[in-house]
Amino acid sequence: MVLRIEGVTKNYNHHGRPVAGLSEATLEFPKGDFVSVVGPSGSGKSTLLLVSGGMLSPTKGRVLLDEQSLYDLSADQRASVRRKKIGFLFQTFNLVPYLSALENVQLPLWLAGVDEVSQRERASALLQRVGLGDRLDHKPSELSVGEQQRVALSRALANDPEIILADEPTGNLDPDTSQQIMGFLNEINEEGRTIVMVTHDPRHAARAKRTVKLVAGRLCS
Amino acid sequence: MRIRTIVWRELFERKNQLVTSFLAILVGITAIVSIKNVTFFSEKAVAKELDALGANILILPKSASLQDYYSADLQEEEFPEEYVTRLTTSDLQGLDNLSPKLSLQTEVEGKRVTLTGILPKSEFQAKAAWLGAGIFSRPQGCGVVTAAPGVAPQAQDTLTQGGCGVTTAQGAGNPPAKETLVRKRVIDSLGSSEALVGPDVAASLGLKQGDSVKLLGKPFTVTAILPQTGTIDDSRVFVHLHTLQQMTGKGYVLNAIEIVGCCNQISKGLVQKINKLLPEAKVVTIAQVVDTQIKTNRIMSRLSLIFLVIIFLVGGVSIANYMYANVFERRREIGTLMALGAGSSLILRMFVLKACLLGLTGGICGYALGTVLAVTLGPRLAGIPVLPMPVLLAWAVGLSLAVALAGSYFPARRAAHLDPCATLQEV
Repeated sequence: MVLRIEGVTKNYNHHGRPVAGLSEATLEFPKGDFVSVVGPSGSGKSTLLLVSGGMLSPTKGRVLLDEQSLYDLSADQRASVRRKKIGFLFQTFNLVPYLSALENVQLPLWLAGVDEVSQRERASALLQRVGLGDRLDHKPSELSVGEQQRVALSRALANDPEIILADEPTGNLDPDTSQQIMGFLNEINEEGRTIVMVTHDPRHAARAKRTVKLVAGRLCS
Repeated sequence: MRIRTIVWRELFERKNQLVTSFLAILVGITAIVSIKNVTFFSEKAVAKELDALGANILILPKSASLQDYYSADLQEEEFPEEYVTRLTTSDLQGLDNLSPKLSLQTEVEGKRVTLTGILPKSEFQAKAAWLGAGIFSRPQGCGVVTAAPGVAPQAQDTLTQGGCGVTTAQGAGNPPAKETLVRKRVIDSLGSSEALVGPDVAASLGLKQGDSVKLLGKPFTVTAILPQTGTIDDSRVFVHLHTLQQMTGKGYVLNAIEIVGCCNQISKGLVQKINKLLPEAKVVTIAQVVDTQIKTNRIMSRLSLIFLVIIFLVGGVSIANYMYANVFERRREIGTLMALGAGSSLILRMFVLKACLLGLTGGICGYALGTVLAVTLGPRLAGIPVLPMPVLLAWAVGLSLAVALAGSYFPARRAAHLDPCATLQEV
């Protein structure tokens, strides 16, 4: 599977004036790639990630996933593509606060129409894998931030996606937990998944196979 | 994980907001159910009381003044008996029984009595109040359907539908009960020398059945002593109308015609129609009772309408407010679900299902609370027995669901069309 963005520009409207979020970006992420996206705040890193994941329509250009132009699809069709092929990992974890760790991991499986028994088995196995086998029934508020990000990672992997889009996944974590999460990301990349990771931390960026740099919405690498 | 799991869990996540919206629906539905419940039984009770009064329309000479319903036929003014023919040959609906009367005051053995000429059968059938004593049969037409006490079921005659859809008894081959015999002998064959004596007159004159009494110089046989009714009729002596007309030399005239009219026909303008038919006469109803019933019904239906508007406004606005706040608070969660692959229809269904749960629970609880209030407070406030009405459950749930869904529609649509990217606030 290949994710390719071609000449993508994204402009935002700020108080009636256009602000460039991304300018003429062209990139390709082949299968099994691990790319870290670096750059100063406001350089367009998150915009690149959201546009790549079919979450944010570009002002100009195309995003192709296996030669299928994502933004030629309807919003619900793009949601279906995300459900099957893309996993998101957020800096703030974005776990559903009133669901347990197990139920949070079950969410993508439920959305994919997996039956309840299989949902529980798969979610339980993923949480065991990240060392949270004894935290299945814990709510996010009952977990440490590191544990919450591991739940979020399990959730991102639930439907066995080929691409993981991670937006500063270690941004809220302490160094030890960050190392742990990076270890998991390296592990799942070795399984053949493509990972695109936005980060501010050069040490974490160095653990990717390659790095692209964004400055004022333009690719510099 | 199912859609109902996520909806159910979220419902209890923000309890305070939930309770406020739920209370708005609950209070509204409770008020409507209790008002509807009490109104229904109040109307029923008033209708029953009207029927128990017997005649409920009175035709009097134009100049007559209505001071008291049961003494109003003691007028000096008269009108022709031909009015009865006009009424019976008309196509008016809801005239269940006619009772023409001619009354005058006289003295018997020094005691003052009211002598009333009646056409017997109709007179007795018009007096539903007398039925309670078990002497006579039921009234024809609208009225109480309860069997006359003391009349054995096998002795009841074939039941047929009378006017206004009320069951009446008519002879059909079964051996007549004792009471029916009494009725046939007394009412149908009230001869020119026979008299029915009210209990007060009988007591003051020491009369009993079979005695002879002189009225206006003519001897009459007391055919029966009437049961106590608590009305002015207890002080009357009834004789055949045509006998009295001959004795007084007044010709075929009447003082009054009592009519048993269907209550619902009265409210549909029966009185006005009779007025049109008999423009020379004065037509009155048991005005206070009917007016009270109509006014009470109007107040209750207005109150119901006001509560209906309030529940739609307050309940709907409260739910809409709650749902909008809910959508705003959950925008990150909605964005996350969309990032995970949830379509807009699923988000819409989540909010609609939540509204349905809220509406369903509000409706059921509102029905239960409203019914308890009506059953416990109804007898104290309205003085009538009130029973639960299961039909109001469907009504309450339907209304509650409608309010919840109406209030949630736009917030749910808004949630379904949120920009997932903006909601994540990652840009």
